[in-house]
Amino acid sequence: MSKISSFRVNLLSKNGLKSKVLFKNIKNNRLSKFIKPSSRVISRQRRQFDNFMKVLIFLSFIIVSIPLVSIIYIVVANGLTQITPYFLTHTMKGVMGGFSPFGGILHALVGTILITLGAMVISIPIGILTAIYLVEYAKGNKLSSIVNTLVDIMSGVPSIVAGLFAYSLFALFFGPTAVFGISGSLALSVLMIPTIIRSTQEMLNLVPNQLREASYGLGVSKFRTIIKVVLPTAFSGIVTGVLLSIARVIGETAPLLLTAGSIDSLNLNLFSGRMMSLPVYIYNEYSQGLAVCTNNIFGADCLSDIRMQRAWSAALVLFIFIIILNLVGTTIKKRILKKRGK
Amino acid sequence: MGQRIDVEHLDVFYGKFMAVENVSMTINPNQVTAFIGPSGCGKSTFLRTINRMHEMTDKATVKGSILLEGRNLYSSEIDPVQVRREVGMVFQRPNPFPTMSIRQNVLAGIKLNNKSLTKAQADEIVETSLKGANLFNEVKDRLDSAAIGMSGGQQQRLCIARAIAMKPSVLLMDEPCSALDPISTLAVEDLIYELSSNYTIVIVTHNMQQASRVSQRTAFFNISDVGKPGRLIEMDQTTKIFSNPSNQQTENYISGKFG
Repeated sequence: MSKISSFRVNLLSKNGLKSKVLFKNIKNNRLSKFIKPSSRVISRQRRQFDNFMKVLIFLSFIIVSIPLVSIIYIVVANGLTQITPYFLTHTMKGVMGGFSPFGGILHALVGTILITLGAMVISIPIGILTAIYLVEYAKGNKLSSIVNTLVDIMSGVPSIVAGLFAYSLFALFFGPTAVFGISGSLALSVLMIPTIIRSTQEMLNLVPNQLREASYGLGVSKFRTIIKVVLPTAFSGIVTGVLLSIARVIGETAPLLLTAGSIDSLNLNLFSGRMMSLPVYIYNEYSQGLAVCTNNIFGADCLSDIRMQRAWSAALVLFIFIIILNLVGTTIKKRILKKRGK
Repeated sequence: MGQRIDVEHLDVFYGKFMAVENVSMTINPNQVTAFIGPSGCGKSTFLRTINRMHEMTDKATVKGSILLEGRNLYSSEIDPVQVRREVGMVFQRPNPFPTMSIRQNVLAGIKLNNKSLTKAQADEIVETSLKGANLFNEVKDRLDSAAIGMSGGQQQRLCIARAIAMKPSVLLMDEPCSALDPISTLAVEDLIYELSSNYTIVIVTHNMQQASRVSQRTAFFNISDVGKPGRLIEMDQTTKIFSNPSNQQTENYISGKFG
């Protein structure tokens, strides 16, 4: 008995002091025969649990990747059919039904770029200046808590509501037919501003206070400290935040449908006339469904699913846009970190 | 050259809380003056009022006056930003600007204030400041590399070089060695001793040996209780404070009976 029980003590002592004490108490109660030599059992249980969790975690990773991979696959596979120089350099002007010439996305591509640039011009200064005010000047006063709450509410505004806001604002001045590119830019900036404010705020908060003090200690004014010390230190983070906010809004459809409308030809003026954008183009093409090719009086080529093909190809272009934005963002970030010797 | 500082009946407040009460003292030019005392006794707070840095903290205010060579730093026509150019500061943790090279860090005070310099002037300022901070020989071959690649002690001496590049008359040091190892501490202490021939230096330290090593005069601050304001208890020659202080509290503190 004593030999076995001491063996058990050895085994148990691997599990620490508690079990040893427990064992001692039980032994004193002469209940030692009920104790199993459990060290190996526990380790087997742990190993099983460990493996179970590994499988579970791996499975959830696979489940998460399925939609992502399938989106990439489907967009690329369906989109590649129409990606040609012709497609990228022509508009939909004069394109009829499913007949050749099949048209392209030039007007939508240019529209998306112009509308997004317009949105950047509106939202980047407002967003960054607001964040600077909140972090550097307002430190928890009443106005800042009001602004913070408003930003929170604003980031939850449905995109269609942002579109309605921009549309009705312009309709106030230019009447109900006011459909411009710049109106779309305004709708997108309503969606971008809260994201830019939040990410810039975060980056400014990450700038160590010691740097501000170092600058003040050298007799540098607060304004110069912010411009020359705080903003350059936070620059990479701010750029990344801005790029992510663009990536977020560049695929918005509903607000652009309301504000910039839909048109089949190129429009380079943000301040006059309708303007096509890639998401609206995709929506338009897809919603028109199959073309009728039976009554071919022109004798031209005809593809009944040409609209689907154009939609998929435009989707691929939009997708590539967003990937480029992300890549540029991370490259800038990396380059700046490298320059600082990290 | 260093300048003389006269502090007259200075109270410091954070909002309604009085942090430091009724400090009057004279800080001699071209000498090292050390502030010692237990944590929370207001010595750092008081130090930061000498170049009006405390104003960067929320709701901090001051009553009384500080005279730099007879000029009241708190009179209404004085610009606090200008005060900080004349009264330089070195902080507890080395804080070089991470986005700048060693050279740019030394020139930071001048460049950030948008003063233009010729290449020759800039080179001269960099060299004299780094030599003044005993750092030139260690970094002269890598002036354009990032400042944050240096050791902590080198970074702290770079911060001192950055401060003296502004040609201040007074240097305030807030526990400049508390984040450094003994060897770096020695280098900085040697530097403080050398700088004292050209600058008025005020150093806050928790290390009483350091105060006795580097300073000619020492001021002892204390608080009577938590939440009470800190007061200046005694100020005298360093040798006298550490051998024969006239106040019982000072005696208790330096002999290790509390604190």
